[in-house]
Amino acid sequence: MLLDKKKKNKAEIPTSSLADIAFLLLIFFLVTTTIDTDKGLQLVLPEKGQEQKVRSQNIANILVNESGLVMMDEEAIELRLIAEKARQMIRENDNIIFSVKTMRGTKYEVYVDVLDQLKQANAKRISIAEPEA
Amino acid sequence: MKFKMKSKVGTEIPQASLPDIVFMLIIFFMVSTVFKESSGLAVILPDAQKIEKLQGKRDVATIWADKQNRVSLDDKIVEISQIRHLIYTKVADPLHPMKLVSLRVDKDVDMGLVTDIHEELRAAGGTALNVNYSTRTAAD
Repeated sequence: MLLDKKKKNKAEIPTSSLADIAFLLLIFFLVTTTIDTDKGLQLVLPEKGQEQKVRSQNIANILVNESGLVMMDEEAIELRLIAEKARQMIRENDNIIFSVKTMRGTKYEVYVDVLDQLKQANAKRISIAEPEA
Repeated sequence: MKFKMKSKVGTEIPQASLPDIVFMLIIFFMVSTVFKESSGLAVILPDAQKIEKLQGKRDVATIWADKQNRVSLDDKIVEISQIRHLIYTKVADPLHPMKLVSLRVDKDVDMGLVTDIHEELRAAGGTALNVNYSTRTAAD
């Protein structure tokens, strides 16, 4: 017949289901992928036994007590004003090191807030002092 | 006429390239997938504004600390004094040396515990000194 000229017994791999299989894999990887990347404040801890002496004028002490009150250079300061003050100090002295000292009872949240403030002031040299008992 | 004339102006969407597109997507997700290694503890992270994104989840050790002062590493509750050895083996791993420690600490945890973890990390040394405090983005 005119219509059926194609050979019927040609060996072909069925490819119609290829897309389905690919989609199945795609959905699997979509579901297992965790897109939420970890975000946070990065810091490098001081190496052990590498305590060095720093000239006291190059140090800005920040003390945080148990009730979340912050003292910066012997002066009580409000948390959200730290960034401004730190910025000002960096302007005056480029080599300044911010030493953050906490008490053992200080809440972690306040500590992170202080670090956040220092990071907002683009402080590069942040040091963590061991807390007082 | 015997045979129906097919209209030649086809309005079909070409589907031949569909598997190719899908495969490309698969390959993207395959490469970018990092399987969760541990589920950790339930913590409420503190908020911060000036946050940085981590480079990736590969070669990052995550230490969890929750309100009950439990510390978890690799899906196990660990004693604080064990951290230095566990972290040290990760730092010294010849195949996948750890690059960073991510601390997922609850915002109500006392600094005493965090300091103890710091001390353990300092004892492990090397790349264990690179610390990331996981936070949420402050909404303001």
